[in-house]
Amino acid sequence: MPVLWLFLIVLAVAILGYLLGRARALSAAPEGRRGLHSLPVYYGANVALKVLVPALGILILWLLVQPFVIDRAVSGTIPDSDIAEGASRGLVMSEVARVADGVKAAVGAGTMPAAMAADPSPDLEAVTQALKDAGQVVTGDVTQTVFAAAQKYNAMAAQGGLYMTILVLLAAAAGCVMGLHEAKPDFRARNVVEKGIRALLIAAASIAILTTVGIVLSLIFNTVEFFRLYPASQFFFSLEWAPSFSGRGGASELGILPLLWGTLYISFVALAVAVPIGLFAAIYLSEYASPRLRAVAKPLLEVLAGIPTIVYGLFALLTVGPLLVSVFGDGGYLGVSWQGGGRAVMTAGLVMGIMLIPFVSSLSDDIINAVPQAMRDGSYGLGATQSETIKQVVLPAALPGIVGAILLAASRAIGETMIVVLGAGAAARLSLNPFEAMTTVTAKIVSQLTGDSDFASPEALVAFALGMSLFVITLGLNVVALAIVRKYREQYD
Amino acid sequence: MSDASMDSTAPRQSRTLLETDARTRRRNAAEKRFRMYGLAAIGIGLFFLIVLAASILRSGLPAFTQTVLSVDFVLTQEQFDKAEGTLFKTKAYEGYFNAALVSQLQSQGLEAEVDAKAAERILGKTGSTIREFYRANPDQLGQEVRFDLSVSSRVDGYFKGRVTRDGFVESRFLMLADLDLVDALTEGGIIRQQFNWNFVTGADSGVDNPGGAGIGASVVGSFFMMLVVLVLSLPIGVAASIYLEEFAPQNRFTDLIEVNISNLAAVPSIVFGILGLAVFIQFMHLPQSAPLVGGLVLTLMTLPTIIISTRASLKAVPPSIRDAALGLGASKMQSVFHHVLPLAAPGILTGTIIGLAQALGETAPLLLIGMVGFVARGYPETFAAGFTDPNSAMPAQIYTWASRADAGFYEKAWGGIIVLLLFLLTMNIIAIILRRRFERRW
Repeated sequence: MPVLWLFLIVLAVAILGYLLGRARALSAAPEGRRGLHSLPVYYGANVALKVLVPALGILILWLLVQPFVIDRAVSGTIPDSDIAEGASRGLVMSEVARVADGVKAAVGAGTMPAAMAADPSPDLEAVTQALKDAGQVVTGDVTQTVFAAAQKYNAMAAQGGLYMTILVLLAAAAGCVMGLHEAKPDFRARNVVEKGIRALLIAAASIAILTTVGIVLSLIFNTVEFFRLYPASQFFFSLEWAPSFSGRGGASELGILPLLWGTLYISFVALAVAVPIGLFAAIYLSEYASPRLRAVAKPLLEVLAGIPTIVYGLFALLTVGPLLVSVFGDGGYLGVSWQGGGRAVMTAGLVMGIMLIPFVSSLSDDIINAVPQAMRDGSYGLGATQSETIKQVVLPAALPGIVGAILLAASRAIGETMIVVLGAGAAARLSLNPFEAMTTVTAKIVSQLTGDSDFASPEALVAFALGMSLFVITLGLNVVALAIVRKYREQYD
Repeated sequence: MSDASMDSTAPRQSRTLLETDARTRRRNAAEKRFRMYGLAAIGIGLFFLIVLAASILRSGLPAFTQTVLSVDFVLTQEQFDKAEGTLFKTKAYEGYFNAALVSQLQSQGLEAEVDAKAAERILGKTGSTIREFYRANPDQLGQEVRFDLSVSSRVDGYFKGRVTRDGFVESRFLMLADLDLVDALTEGGIIRQQFNWNFVTGADSGVDNPGGAGIGASVVGSFFMMLVVLVLSLPIGVAASIYLEEFAPQNRFTDLIEVNISNLAAVPSIVFGILGLAVFIQFMHLPQSAPLVGGLVLTLMTLPTIIISTRASLKAVPPSIRDAALGLGASKMQSVFHHVLPLAAPGILTGTIIGLAQALGETAPLLLIGMVGFVARGYPETFAAGFTDPNSAMPAQIYTWASRADAGFYEKAWGGIIVLLLFLLTMNIIAIILRRRFERRW
């Protein structure tokens, strides 16, 4: 892995520069370390920073930009006539990237001679065979255009890698020389180093912004690509969800409404379980419970929040589902046959509700505790019992905060994936029966993006549009909820 | 009070504090009921926890035992040559093995018929295992070798209560008569249950072999992922928190960062999976299914958690410490790195461990970047390959098992959950101990 080696070399140069810079500063001062402006370590750190920051910066930037540039250049060499009917340029480019990676792997594995990989007009059948022998996924036969593009792709990648190595090493060497040159007694090394560290701190804090930008951009680009292949009006208003399995067929019905209905229905069931239980638990814990009970019950309830969602998913699939069928299913204890299979809205909703109990209870607990004691004392002074005080003084005062907590729980429920993937079923359906299997936005994102699907087909790209919708909905809920909770906190601070 | 309207109905004489009137009784009853609701809510929550724990333990513990059949077996050189000479080589080995099985039964005074079909239903295809063993170790020919062969999934289920005699459906996979033979073999001590090391150390098996599936390879995958998360999220998280808590001026840019962090903490995990797929795999062409990519995605996901907890522990260090350092001539940077950060370190570590534990249990984003269970076919060869070779992670492996058709995999999934929860428990206990031992209150 050349990038790893490059990284290690830069690191080694930085360490060497640190030691040299320190030694040089010390030897340059006639009266020892007292003659230096800063402590000797700062002269070393100055060299190390000047090596590391530009070199690694170039490395990361290059790695980010290179695929983009290569993609552009290679894409330009493919004539429009070679793009098959119904396929897009992106589809061909993903094929090129796959073949390029495959050729590299095949040469590495020894199934393809290096001469064949460089041959401008090779025997294409032999190429396909060699790729298959190396265990690469090849769809159909490799065409001449794709192979030529893949060769250009690999050549450019190799060239880019070489330039990058040279540039990074040059930057490291230049930084080292510059830092060493500066290591003189009257150089204000501490100030420079501290300024550099401060810049690094800002960069670290900016990663949060970068992540958001990354999420938004990756969602938007792919969503736009999807809407180019599939009409947006049909996505938002069609009542049908039926993706074709072939991957490239135009017969897919990709309407979000059945998925959204399943998501909201399951979230509703989950909140119907979690909100009463969580709220009552929070009231009891904050108003009635002895310190001992509180010390035991609160952490135990919060264990429920620390359990990974895959555990809840399995619990829904293998324990709760069969249990519900044995009660509500055919030949069950109730004698009704409402539920056909273990996977149902009820199963997923119930289990998700269990997961959300601690979420609702600890948020509400904090909020109830924030209500000033003076309000309670006033109510007691007027002769109200404890429950009357809670119902008529504490809860109304805490209501905005509790609503915020419920909204946060709702956003959690809408974005939850593993419980619905395992517990809710795979059939998209618009139905009112909570014992029927339905599916959700998140479950369909998983099913459309896992497996050997082609990332350029509408069936795969729809997942990005679904993700975009999910992101917008949860973001909206979070913004509103956080605003409510914050406003409420300020009220009593 | 809404009950004020009831006053007129209450007789005047009874309004004494010594005996309770109807209205007070009603109010007290309401009070009691309300308390009961609260207690019931806590009870329900704890009940769910117990049910969850019980069903994990009940269904998961059998995954740690396996049923094996052990036979002392001797294969002579001429038998080996003869078997290699025939057309159906493995059939010949199977014949020898079944004969050894019968003789071992007879030596213990038990009479049982072992026909080739029944043996195959109980044991699967033994011939190829034996042939491979002797081809790899020709020096063992003519010596007594003990073979511990795991029985088929259904026979294993018979021992664990998945398959029972009543309601038994005969099929080509298992007949009722086979169970008699299994009982006889058990009586003779030839079939017994033992700890399933393969489950703890092994890799994922094919869809039709639940008995051979192990979680070891995906534990390694999770380990490499956590290494990436730790190496990236701890320094970045701490650096970001230090900036926001100690240096950031009150301006638009700082507000922007704050809003982003609090929103990212609430973005559904699957959206991070989409980000990883689009940016790391589609755009940057990093390898699919690699723990490196999984680690990057989980880093972005845990950063907000770590930043929030780190800021809380930085905030808990009293300003007098900073003032004292500044008063002695330290620069702002020195006061933070030499005094505030060491004092906040236990809290930061606790928060980091809890963030890591959260990341360890995350499944959905890993599925999108291809870290599904069936790619976990073995251990990486070198340390560096551990980051880039296709692998799975514990929760993704559990998901893959849970979505397979064979019920034998469900047991493995529950067992995998026990392993996963043990890791989480250990991490949380370490976090609690750290907090108890080193946390300072000012």
